[in-house]
Amino acid sequence: MFTDDSPIFQQLAAKIADDIVAGVHAEESAIPSATDFAVFFSMNPATASKGVNVLVELGALYKKRGIGMFVATGARELLRSRRREEFRQQYLKPLLAEARVLEVGTTELHHMIDEEEQETT
Amino acid sequence: MTNVIEIGSLTRSFGRTKALDDVTLAVPEGSICGLLGRNGAGKTTIMSIVSGQDRPTSGRVEVFGQSPFENESVLSRISFVRDNQRYPDNYRLHHVLRIAPDFAPNWNEEVAAELVEGFRIPEKTDIKKLSRGQLSSVGIVLGLASRAPLTLLDEPYLGLDVTGRALFHSMLLRDYAAHPRTIVLSTHLIEESEALFDRVVIVDRGRIRVDCERDEVSELAFTITGSTDAVERLSAGHPVLKSHSVAGLKSVTVQGAIADDIRAEARSLGAQMAPASLQEIVAAFGEEPPESPALDIKVKKGARA
Repeated sequence: MFTDDSPIFQQLAAKIADDIVAGVHAEESAIPSATDFAVFFSMNPATASKGVNVLVELGALYKKRGIGMFVATGARELLRSRRREEFRQQYLKPLLAEARVLEVGTTELHHMIDEEEQETT
Repeated sequence: MTNVIEIGSLTRSFGRTKALDDVTLAVPEGSICGLLGRNGAGKTTIMSIVSGQDRPTSGRVEVFGQSPFENESVLSRISFVRDNQRYPDNYRLHHVLRIAPDFAPNWNEEVAAELVEGFRIPEKTDIKKLSRGQLSSVGIVLGLASRAPLTLLDEPYLGLDVTGRALFHSMLLRDYAAHPRTIVLSTHLIEESEALFDRVVIVDRGRIRVDCERDEVSELAFTITGSTDAVERLSAGHPVLKSHSVAGLKSVTVQGAIADDIRAEARSLGAQMAPASLQEIVAAFGEEPPESPALDIKVKKGARA
């Protein structure tokens, strides 16, 4: 991990967000401290704090003074709705652009999605 | 934020060779700064001058607000581990560990013991008979267990195995988090260590080429790859650091951040663009031919609060 082009603090924020959406960190449970993340992922502690703070500013995490960082109630839904928007940008738009290039019509595209879904389930 | 190291217009000449040429540099307190560049770029000379083991030919150096040279109150707060650190003949590990606290007022036995065990440093062998990697481990023990407010590590992991490097990183971060200090670390293993840094300094041929925050690295340079025509059109007007071409295809590394308009143009021309990695940037600076005129490089100086 931490190899793509975006800044490392954003990659850490995305990783924690993924874990909240996946239920690894339950709402109202404590998450590791920025220092723990820094040591675990071998990154600068200031960078790790910055990553954690991205989620604090979003309202997905909150700080209990003297205790640590916790996942906020509603964080999962909050992050999931943000991810839905990202899904539209990152997957749907390129999908439709490529379909247009290949002259795959809407009906055919829907059919392809249905077919794929049947195969994987 | 105050700066622990402040260097202004500093030059260090050895005969007719300028090892450092008009260097201006500031390292803010509490940062982990990566000092990067090729062999002979001037990294060790900077560290030697900062630690008072060498003096500038001209210019100013202040560490903790004072000149470090023969200044006990500054030197007692510095730990400098050279890549080729020498030890007295017949010294074994325990001699080094016994004498180290005399030079390091914050010396911590537990840190030293954990590292010695983790690195598996042989205790009954003369230091001078240790392998390159084992010698590096001894240096890391000295550097980290000193808990010096300013720790200078010159190529700390020469020859060190992969387990040892991971141990070094984790110990450095754990101990730094508990006891914040300023760390300057030079290395050629850029991809492996870049996540440790919050500041990055790139030196080449005695001059500072880049001095910025880690997060700003992606704005320093980018690569464009595609057909020769497309790449030449896209890179026009940008200072080119490095260029590489094979029949009809070209790849260039240019300075600057990727602007939205050039990104759109690249897409329409079918060329790929990506921010250059730190490793690519360091390599690109190191490839400049000596006769090339000095580029007007945006150097971001000092700390930003």
